[in-house]
Amino acid sequence: MADVNEEVYVIPEIDTKGLEKEFPLSKPGFGAGGKTNEWRLLRPVINYEKCIKCLICWIDCPEATITRGKDNSVAINYDYCKGCGVCANECPTKAIEMVKED
Amino acid sequence: MLLRDVKFEEKWLPGNAACPGCGLSLGLRLLTKAIEKPVVVIPASCASVVQGAWPKSSASFPLLNIAMAGAGAAASGIANAYEMLGKEGTVVAWAGDGGTADIGLQALSGAAERGENIIFVMYDNEAYMNTGIQRSSSTPHGAWTTTTPEGKREFKKDVAAIMLVHNLEYVATASVSYPVDFIEKLKKAEAHKGTKFIQLYSPCPPGWRLDASKTIEVGKLAVETGAWILYEYENGKLTISPISSRFREKKARRPLIDYLSLQGRFAGISQQDIAKLEAEIDRKWEFLSKFE
Repeated sequence: MADVNEEVYVIPEIDTKGLEKEFPLSKPGFGAGGKTNEWRLLRPVINYEKCIKCLICWIDCPEATITRGKDNSVAINYDYCKGCGVCANECPTKAIEMVKED
Repeated sequence: MLLRDVKFEEKWLPGNAACPGCGLSLGLRLLTKAIEKPVVVIPASCASVVQGAWPKSSASFPLLNIAMAGAGAAASGIANAYEMLGKEGTVVAWAGDGGTADIGLQALSGAAERGENIIFVMYDNEAYMNTGIQRSSSTPHGAWTTTTPEGKREFKKDVAAIMLVHNLEYVATASVSYPVDFIEKLKKAEAHKGTKFIQLYSPCPPGWRLDASKTIEVGKLAVETGAWILYEYENGKLTISPISSRFREKKARRPLIDYLSLQGRFAGISQQDIAKLEAEIDRKWEFLSKFE
C-alpha cells in the first residue's frame, strides 16, 4: 500500500492583482472541471503484491491521478480519478483491477 | 531516456474537464514533463475546454487561449516578446487537427516561413471532436463522423509532410501511446532554433467510438499495423523512429483489421475501403522512404 504523493503537484501562487479587470484570468488549481471522481463507474484498485513498480500506469494516466512516490511506488488519487481504465488495460502484470463503484 | 528518468512533477492538474481516457489530456501532461518552462498557446479546440471553468484552470503553466485560426500568429508574438523582454520560456502552440490542418494552416505556414522560435504541436484526434465529431481534413478514409455518416470518402491530409517541405530544422510525428518517445522528441525540438513541428497521434474515445481504457492500446496498434508511422526529420535528414522501423516490411505489420475493429467509427467499413486504406499505408511508407 502506498499513499498519494501530494508533493508532485506544482501549484504556484500567482499575483494577478490589477489584471483581472482587463483579462479573464484563471489560476491553477485542482478540480477545474469539477469533482471528476463523480464520473467514475469503475474504480481501479492496485494489488501491491503484483506491482513491479514499472511506472507504466503512472506515465499512461491521462489525468495525473496516479502519483509516483520517491521509491517508485504508485498510488491512485481517488478524489479525481475518472475511472477510464487505461492503467488496468496497460498494466503488464495485471496488478490493477477495475471494481464496480457502489 | 528511460521511463524512470521522467520528472515526478505534475503541472497538468487532476480534475480537468477532459473525457475519461482522453489522449489530448495525456499529451498535455507529457508536454509539461518534457519542457521545463512551457508557455502554451491554444486555439479553439478540445484543449481550450479541458482546462476547466474560470476562475480555475488545470494548467499550472502560462497559457493563452486564442481564436481558432491564430495559434501560429499568437505563438510568434509571444516568442518575440519573450525574447525582447529576456524572459525564459519555450513557446508551444498546441492545436488540434482542425486548428492545424484546416483553419490554422496559414498562420502555421506563415510562422514557419518567418522561422519564429516556436514548437507547434498538432494533437491529431482526426476530427472536430469539441463541436461534435465533424470530419476534418485529417480524418482518415472510411471513418464515420457526424458529417460523414457513410464513412469519409477522401484521404487524410498529411500535415507533417507539408511542414517537411517548409524546410524546418525539426519535424516529427509522435504518439501518446509511446510517451518516452514523445518526450524525447519534444526535448530535441526545444534544442533547435526556428519553427519546430510535431504531429501527435491522440486517440479520442468518444469520437472514435472506442472504449476509454483502449486509448493507449489503439495507438500501439496504429503503429504496429503501419497506419501511423513515427519518424523525425532533423537538419534535412529523415529517420524512421526505432519503434516504427520494425514495421517497414509489410510482412512484419499486423493486419489492419486489428486496428480498425477496435474502433466503432470503422464499424461499417467495406472490404474495398479497407483495401484502399492498406494501399494508402503502402504509399505513405514509400513516400517517406524517398526522403531518407
